[in-house]
Amino acid sequence: MKVLVSVKRVVDYNVRIQIKPDGSGVVTDGVKHSMNPFDEIAMEEAVRLKEKGKVTEIIAVTLGGAKGEETLRTALAFGADRAIHVKEEGEIQPLTAARALAAIFKKEGAQILFTGKQAIDDDANQTAQMTAALLDLPQATFASKVELDGTKAQVTREIDAGLETLEVDLPAVISADLRLNEPRYLKLPDIMKAKKKTIEAVSFADLGVEAAASLKTIKTTPPPTRSKGVMVKTVDELVSALKAKGLV
Amino acid sequence: MNFSFTTDQQNIRDAILKHCSQFSPEYWLERDRDGVFPFEFSKSMADAGWLGVAMPETVGGAGLGITEAAIMMQAVAEAGGAMTAASSIHGPVFSMQPVSLFGTEEQKQRMIPPVLRGEDRICFAVTEPNIGLDTTKLKTRAEKREGGYLVNGEKIWISVAQNANKMMLLARTTPLENVKRKTDGLSLFFTDLDRTKIDVKLIHKMGRHAVDSNMLFINDLWIPEADRIGAEGDGFKIILHGLNPERILLGAEAIGIGRAAIQRAAQYARERIVFDRPIGMNQGIQHPLAKCWAQLEAANLMVMKAATLFDKGEDCGVEANAGKYLAAEFAFEACHTAMLTLGGMGYAQEYHVERLLREVLIPRTAPVSPHMILNFLAEKVLGLPKSY
Repeated sequence: MKVLVSVKRVVDYNVRIQIKPDGSGVVTDGVKHSMNPFDEIAMEEAVRLKEKGKVTEIIAVTLGGAKGEETLRTALAFGADRAIHVKEEGEIQPLTAARALAAIFKKEGAQILFTGKQAIDDDANQTAQMTAALLDLPQATFASKVELDGTKAQVTREIDAGLETLEVDLPAVISADLRLNEPRYLKLPDIMKAKKKTIEAVSFADLGVEAAASLKTIKTTPPPTRSKGVMVKTVDELVSALKAKGLV
Repeated sequence: MNFSFTTDQQNIRDAILKHCSQFSPEYWLERDRDGVFPFEFSKSMADAGWLGVAMPETVGGAGLGITEAAIMMQAVAEAGGAMTAASSIHGPVFSMQPVSLFGTEEQKQRMIPPVLRGEDRICFAVTEPNIGLDTTKLKTRAEKREGGYLVNGEKIWISVAQNANKMMLLARTTPLENVKRKTDGLSLFFTDLDRTKIDVKLIHKMGRHAVDSNMLFINDLWIPEADRIGAEGDGFKIILHGLNPERILLGAEAIGIGRAAIQRAAQYARERIVFDRPIGMNQGIQHPLAKCWAQLEAANLMVMKAATLFDKGEDCGVEANAGKYLAAEFAFEACHTAMLTLGGMGYAQEYHVERLLREVLIPRTAPVSPHMILNFLAEKVLGLPKSY
């Protein structure tokens, strides 16, 4: 079984995000980037399934500029067998990403597309769902457990009400939530092996994909700073304070 | 001139920082308090294959250069473990180079892989009491006998000897009065640390409590000929090969510690509110920290230049020495500035900067003092007469 894992290069989760003075976005120059943590979880899941003998080949895919190679090398060090780099500079909207992933998924004849549930840069949480729609495939998002059984996958999902278990026919799209697994720490020999694996560069034109322009970022602003809280001594005091504010 | 990391180098730095995040600052503080060797950390690095970063692939290493080793060790120190973390793996990462470069094929295969796997723990026994950096005068004597050598002598400042089962030992095989040049007649051995013949005495010191430093009293230690690295009498030449890489690694580690201190200080300055505003708003806090940042990054360029030259096979003695000097001096200033930024809290152990300050004094002093580096630069670069 061949699986595709999409991995995105994002500003590292430890970085203190700063907004550009003109409000056109966040500062990315000279800022540490790494693989989107949810994609790392998706990658780890694919590798574990391969180690269990359920998956035979893992292809890592990224979309974006030249630096995306670093992210793909990390994916290859995790255990992807080869990688595809959709090399396009500039902003890529979720629909564009979904179109590109769908095209690659079809071309490769993959059985599962694993993604993170969302990327921590724009938090769009759309690509997995859109890709499933474009491919007309079942989707199981926010997965906290994945079990493969021949032509089906049992996926436990984290939803507002608790956990929900779905059974989906393969091929399907699965997006990873935080508790699906804990990604491994990379080993130096695996980083060295990753250097010898192939990264194929393709463009939107090669894939026959048109970039979507359905979204326009008008302004980026920092979240409002939190005002100072009030310390209360007892539960009664808390309740009356909440009542006074009309919150309960 | 290229000041960017390669993809490999970036991945090594990122992977190490992530790996080291398994070991919290509290872990290192606890080791500093209980003085127990960080076995968990060194084992995790061995298991993940990091110890062989600069060793050839034929003996189980990754075949990368000193540049990559420096990037790795810098990240190890920077992640919070400082010199304790770095020194706990220095032996395998760096000290097996003589075997790799000058050992026979049999010796390489026998000696290196167990060290990289973390099964053999090594110490590096070169320095002696009473001779300082005048290495050719060292007094430990290895007398040639049938099939091997009988060794007697003393060593000092030998790290990890409390837990090591192997040691790299430099000893005089031909007495000083019988050699043409004083650098001749020393030989290098890699052999068992036989505790029935070697008394290991702990030195109580200011910092890095979890990685022991020791005096060794060697009494009639038998070393088989098969454990001699390189030709008899070539020990000094072999050791010289490792001097520049050692300065490069120590410099890189010092910068890692300095960065860690500045980061802690900046975070504290952002969060600490006094007179209704963060103390980091004051230029009296900002400027010393900004200055330290600039100094550390400039020193890092010199250290990385030295590493790049070394890996290209070019002379790097001046750069390696200047890099170690700048790195250690500026890292010391960075740790001290961080401590002043935190005020009273900087003196409290739970804020971690006092530990960094205690540990950054190691690369400031070792493997060579700032004074001796300045002597070297004055003589080699400026053409001034030797002063000692």
